[in-house]
Amino acid sequence: MTAVTTPVSTERPTPTARRKGRRAPVLAPLLFISVAVVLFCLFFLWPGALGLLYSFTSYRGVGALRFVGLDNYVDLAGDPSFYAALTRTALYTVLAVPAHYVAALAIAVLLTSTAAAGKSAARVVFFLPWLISPIVTGVIWRWLFGENFGFVNVLVQAFGGAAAQWQTDGTLALIVVIIAGTWAGTAFNMLLFIAALRNIPRSYLEAAEIDGANSWQRFRRITLPLLGPTSFMVVLLTTIGSMKEFAMIQALNGGGPGTENMLIVQYIYRTGFERANIGYASAVSMVLMVILIVIAVVQLRFDRKSDLS
Amino acid sequence: MKAARGLSSTLVLWLLGIVYLFPVLWFVLSSFKPGSELFSLPLTILPETWTTSGYSTAWSRFDFQRYFFNTSVVAVVTTALTVIVSAMTGYAFAKYRAWWLRAFFVCILATTMLPTEVIMPSSFVVVRDLGLYDSLPGIIVPSIITATGIFMFRQYFSTVPDELMEAARIDGVGEITLFVRIMLPLAKPICVVLAIFSMQWRWNDYIWPLLVLRDPNRYTLQVALRSIVGADNIDWPVLLSASVISLLPMVLLFLVFQRQIMDVDINSGLKD
Repeated sequence: MTAVTTPVSTERPTPTARRKGRRAPVLAPLLFISVAVVLFCLFFLWPGALGLLYSFTSYRGVGALRFVGLDNYVDLAGDPSFYAALTRTALYTVLAVPAHYVAALAIAVLLTSTAAAGKSAARVVFFLPWLISPIVTGVIWRWLFGENFGFVNVLVQAFGGAAAQWQTDGTLALIVVIIAGTWAGTAFNMLLFIAALRNIPRSYLEAAEIDGANSWQRFRRITLPLLGPTSFMVVLLTTIGSMKEFAMIQALNGGGPGTENMLIVQYIYRTGFERANIGYASAVSMVLMVILIVIAVVQLRFDRKSDLS
Repeated sequence: MKAARGLSSTLVLWLLGIVYLFPVLWFVLSSFKPGSELFSLPLTILPETWTTSGYSTAWSRFDFQRYFFNTSVVAVVTTALTVIVSAMTGYAFAKYRAWWLRAFFVCILATTMLPTEVIMPSSFVVVRDLGLYDSLPGIIVPSIITATGIFMFRQYFSTVPDELMEAARIDGVGEITLFVRIMLPLAKPICVVLAIFSMQWRWNDYIWPLLVLRDPNRYTLQVALRSIVGADNIDWPVLLSASVISLLPMVLLFLVFQRQIMDVDINSGLKD
């Protein structure tokens, strides 16, 4: 500490000085948040506002803005490829969220239960995918599920099955995406659950055990309700994460076969960048933004108790 | 009975462990196989002839030194800035009261719901108009603020007693000195954890480099890898080796900071 107490007026403050001294500092917090405010405005607020503006134009990245009113939204309402991407995203999210949730919770429970051996080594194994980028995750699973020389198909054939078309069948390709996404997402959610499971007082579970509750009843009636806030977090984050899934699929199958598994963010990317149709892509962005806000608000409603802040 | 249960849960745990480990194992082992062995039946788990030819081809055909350098610059600079900005912002949220602080907090919260991917087209235009297109700062600057980092510091600083601040203020310590000399050193563990997280986020980041970079000389590893995997004819020996190479810094990071990563209390932290 550099400053030494100096006999300034704070010792015996006049009423005005005291009020002045008590007033919460304004300049300092303003300074502390200033950088974040500038960056927030530049890279969230401005793109958000600009996106809204562009969604009413036929902007292609260069030239003057030409306003087209609601044309983009009207076109969107009748665009089958938009609906295809949106419903595929919804399907992916609906399937991926439970898969993420169950996998992470099951592993977290196994890792915190006292019975299993080798837990610390296993924890490292389950955590490993966290280190791996979405692109490399895609590469790993693409390699594993290759149609001709992929390990999984060779295994299937060794057991007398027919080679599955993991790349050329849309449904199978989506299944691979879900598996890969779950594999990659388990680590983080698992850490969340482990932290929460450790906070559950052992005495609750022991009391229930004495009362004759079996392990499933204890899990169902005590552990699961107490995990409520964490479950909420995991479901919310996984939902948002699934809705914006992009990089991993890019490397895994590029949204293929064809455009069958093209999710909404890839659709935005393709429209906005590969076709340079920024106006139209912005309209899709705005729709996705509204959907995400609705999801977040609905989920927050469901779980008022959990204090996100 | 107890022993049986221990045995069965150990069995289930390690079965799952194998399921989680195998994809990586298969991928790493495959990278040591020669190209001919990758595409010939029957497949073997271990390479019959171990080779690093994929690695040398990847290293010579692609400018990996440059990709490593670019990615490292982006990851290190962004991480340093992220830690500083998150600490300042989180501190302000935790220790000062004002309506505009609460309002800005809601804004930061909203960024987790509305990630960049969603507003990609206009984000790109903003970066371009700022003159950051096709430059490393164009990846660094937009990635600095993360809600997770800010929340981590906010949570930590709110556990620091206010009396500490009052005492310092009575001693005539200014608000900024108070933060830099007293509060920031207290938050060193959070700085370390956030730095680790941020390194992982930025090393593995794909979306901003994809939007911002055009010149292959400025590619980061992820974009470079994507260009290999996006080719019509994927060169698997090169792709596998290149992917393994790209993982090494993260594995190193994990080995060094394993304790900090595994014990992190991420109750309030959101993932980025």
